[in-house]
Amino acid sequence: MAVSVRIPTILRTYTGGDSEVSAEGSTLAEVLDDLDARFAGIKGRVVDEDGKLRRFVNVYVGNDDVRFLDDLATPTPEGTQISVIPAVAGGC
Amino acid sequence: MSAAVTEADQTTSTENTGPREGAFGNAVALACRECSHRVDLGPFYACPECFGPLEIAYEFPAITRAEIEAGPRNIWRYKALLPVPTDIEASPNTEPGFTRLLEAKNLAAELGLARLWVKDDSTNPTNSFKDRVVACALSAARELDAKVFACPSTGNLANAVAAAGARAGIKTVVFIPSNLEQPKQVNSAIFTESLVAVDGNYDDVNKLASEIAGEEEGWAFVNVNVRPYYAEGSKTLGYEIAEQLGWRLPDQIVIPVASGSQLTKVDKAFQELIKLGLVEDKPYRIFGAQAEGCGPVATAFKAGTDAIRPVKPDTIAKSLAIGNPADGIYVLDIARRTGGAVEEVTDDEVRAGIVLLARTEGIFTETAGGTTVAVTRKLVETGQLDPELETVVINTGHGLKTLDAISGQVGAAATIAPTYESFKATGIA
Ligand SMILES: Cc1ncc(COP(=O)(O)O)c(C=O)c1O
Repeated sequence: MAVSVRIPTILRTYTGGDSEVSAEGSTLAEVLDDLDARFAGIKGRVVDEDGKLRRFVNVYVGNDDVRFLDDLATPTPEGTQISVIPAVAGGC
Repeated sequence: MSAAVTEADQTTSTENTGPREGAFGNAVALACRECSHRVDLGPFYACPECFGPLEIAYEFPAITRAEIEAGPRNIWRYKALLPVPTDIEASPNTEPGFTRLLEAKNLAAELGLARLWVKDDSTNPTNSFKDRVVACALSAARELDAKVFACPSTGNLANAVAAAGARAGIKTVVFIPSNLEQPKQVNSAIFTESLVAVDGNYDDVNKLASEIAGEEEGWAFVNVNVRPYYAEGSKTLGYEIAEQLGWRLPDQIVIPVASGSQLTKVDKAFQELIKLGLVEDKPYRIFGAQAEGCGPVATAFKAGTDAIRPVKPDTIAKSLAIGNPADGIYVLDIARRTGGAVEEVTDDEVRAGIVLLARTEGIFTETAGGTTVAVTRKLVETGQLDPELETVVINTGHGLKTLDAISGQVGAAATIAPTYESFKATGIA
């Protein structure tokens, strides 16, 4: 399933500067694998050695933080917008 | 926004693209709090290695109490310890800080504490502690040549950004959740023509701001891309408390927690004061205060876990309503390391806390302060605060901004005819 992924500034070195790329996969985990196949190493920035989302990254499928959904198993239907955003913003 | 100074910038042209010499005072780099990776000073906030938060690293010169005491009666007395240039006073700012530290004998008696102080930050220029962080962020924005000064906010930060931007003559754009308290909306809109109300909660607004920060050139989002500089402003709360206590640290301190940035920086301030020899090293305990409707850090503290599960906020303490607190895990670390705790109270307790502080000390706090006072009461009752030790609570904002939270609770005791008999009949005399 084709989805669109928004890339944060600090990962754009992997995507040749592109802020938005497309990827395939029916779950977030599959999408990340597909991204890694195209942009080698990018997945390791988003997930840690244990394969879990890093503490300081938020991933949204549509408008929802995947921590409220099924984490890496969150379904990513055709046309979904995925956003990867550093979690350290804030202070209110 | 200009990039960090690279070697090429420094060695080549006359056309200087990086920040000027001394733009960030004694700050020398940005360092990741998670993995210690270092980055040049610039508009960067997330570690390129692990996404961890970047913090300011310093090389402080020797500094004395007398030098600090000779400074202005605002946060710039501590400028040597902040990422700001030595001529910071020359640039228009709102000059926040050096707010009163009041000994609160009535409240202490009410709570059963031996000695208690309220650090009253509701008297800052826009009536919250946010003027401190914004003053530092404004300095960074200026030194980085930003064209727009912006923030996502639960209200107080937007007020502070809009006011400071007006004084500095820089365009401001502030983003808030659309259901925010009306007085906080007016307090921003009076200073800026670009108040943007977003249909969503703070976490949605924050996400939007992060996306805009990634796309728009020349925007300084105080709590996103210049966050390392911004966050340092909260250290001044810690410095002031120590100085106002006669250059010593309190035994216990209770601090409201939303993102957790303020609590984390008060601890950083205490550690720096010890390291610089400005106060004696001693144990201190730091306590965090949250409302039950948004208490992800308190929940994790009580569960004994390191991971914080985000929540969807539902509380009258809207200024503390961050469901996914960026510095939450550091709050947990600090509370545990210092023998403190993170506690939470109901909205009714928050209201009671507001009334209690007002009726014992004549200080009208907003919901965040109500939360802090109510949590302090609960900490005493549950034996987590030691009643014999000296305690400081921070009042971070003014009650006039959250009138709705309390207006149903207080009001006229009686409505009478303008006659002495009517008054007598009330039984008040
Ligand atoms: C009045 C008040 N107190 C406390 C806080 C919490 O600050 P922090 O995000 O640094 O934990 C806020 C945040 O907006 C606030 O407005």
